[in-house]
Amino acid sequence: MTKYRKVAYYPGCALEGTAHAYDRSTKAVGSALGLELEEVKDWNCCGAMEVKNVDRKVQTYLSSRVLSIAANRMDHKVVMAPCNGCYHNLKHAEHDLAHDAASREAVARISSKAGEQAYQAGQVETIHALDWIKHGIGEEELTRRVKNSLEGLKVANYYGCMYTRPRNIFPEKDAGPGSESLTQPHFMDDLLAAAGAENVDFPLKTACCGGAHTLSDSDTSTRLVLNILQAAEAAGADVIATECPTCHSGLEMHQVRAEKVLGKKTKVKMLYFTQLLGIALGLSPRKVGVHENISDGLQALKEKAIV
Amino acid sequence: MRDALLAQAEAVLEEWIRARGETPGADAVEGFRLLALHRQGARGVPSFNACRETCREIAYHYNLLGMKADGKTELMMGMLVEHLKLFVRGKMEVEGLGEFCCSSRPLRKEEVHG
Repeated sequence: MTKYRKVAYYPGCALEGTAHAYDRSTKAVGSALGLELEEVKDWNCCGAMEVKNVDRKVQTYLSSRVLSIAANRMDHKVVMAPCNGCYHNLKHAEHDLAHDAASREAVARISSKAGEQAYQAGQVETIHALDWIKHGIGEEELTRRVKNSLEGLKVANYYGCMYTRPRNIFPEKDAGPGSESLTQPHFMDDLLAAAGAENVDFPLKTACCGGAHTLSDSDTSTRLVLNILQAAEAAGADVIATECPTCHSGLEMHQVRAEKVLGKKTKVKMLYFTQLLGIALGLSPRKVGVHENISDGLQALKEKAIV
Repeated sequence: MRDALLAQAEAVLEEWIRARGETPGADAVEGFRLLALHRQGARGVPSFNACRETCREIAYHYNLLGMKADGKTELMMGMLVEHLKLFVRGKMEVEGLGEFCCSSRPLRKEEVHG
């Protein structure tokens, strides 16, 4: 899809911090594939969990401000957000502004006070990094560009619970051939298979990682993550591919905590799907930030003679 | 074994529904009471849908085991049920419901560290 060849890029807070490797690998893969990113100028937090829990309308405004800048100041038609939380919140804002008069009124009021142009539903399309590569390049072209096949690497694709939920904010999903599935997402599976990886059957691909209460109830989060890691290993996976910074950090940190607190060691490694694609495209592990991960993905790649 | 695992999953959702002051229903959705219980448990709590696919996967694995007994499928179904238990346990803690409220935290910590 040519409209995805140049998009507004909304990294969000996580990709500037704990998920810097996701930011780095997303940019590197885009560059290698000839997909252009222009970062949203003066972007703000999407409202994440914190603002949403205090005042949903303020969260809608914060997300809509990002969309407004992309549409009105930068003249973009597509905004790409690699973080599941940001992606979810931008989609939610879009939905609320299209269907809820009170949300439109609140966004108009706050935007006016801030001296900004209020975002109007439909001005831009929000997509995930998976949509960007899947529709911007496609599997066939991706396979053609692979220099370093991921052959032999068994991957459990983990999408987390925000990528497809709630269903009503994703009208483009489950919309016929070529669209993403709400119940069995497969875009990451498709892309990594195109890069040579062997996807394992992983029934917890959209299960909760406990990210929302990782601080308030760490024990439950650790057990949820441990179950995901053990299920991935039971499915035969060498690595878990991720596409959400919260999930990725949670899997890495609670893997360490599970060993420390529960005495349960797991060997499966975590890598962002963009890191795996970058390596398949011939980029070095450093270029895609593998050294920034807590989990030693490099070891798994070396064991399979991929790097 | 698949019946026992399905019964465990239903019991978890029944506990969640009772903790919210409701009576678990007896209806089925797509042939599974589990899916109907999930639908009932998610009413008014959209975030409870984070375990919707886990419930559907439990039903799917139940059907797979009905066609062919297989150790790996049984193991996966067990892990799915375990995930549902942990998810509901976390939700009950967050919502301050049932036996997983803050007052039981010292006991749970003991379980973790003990």
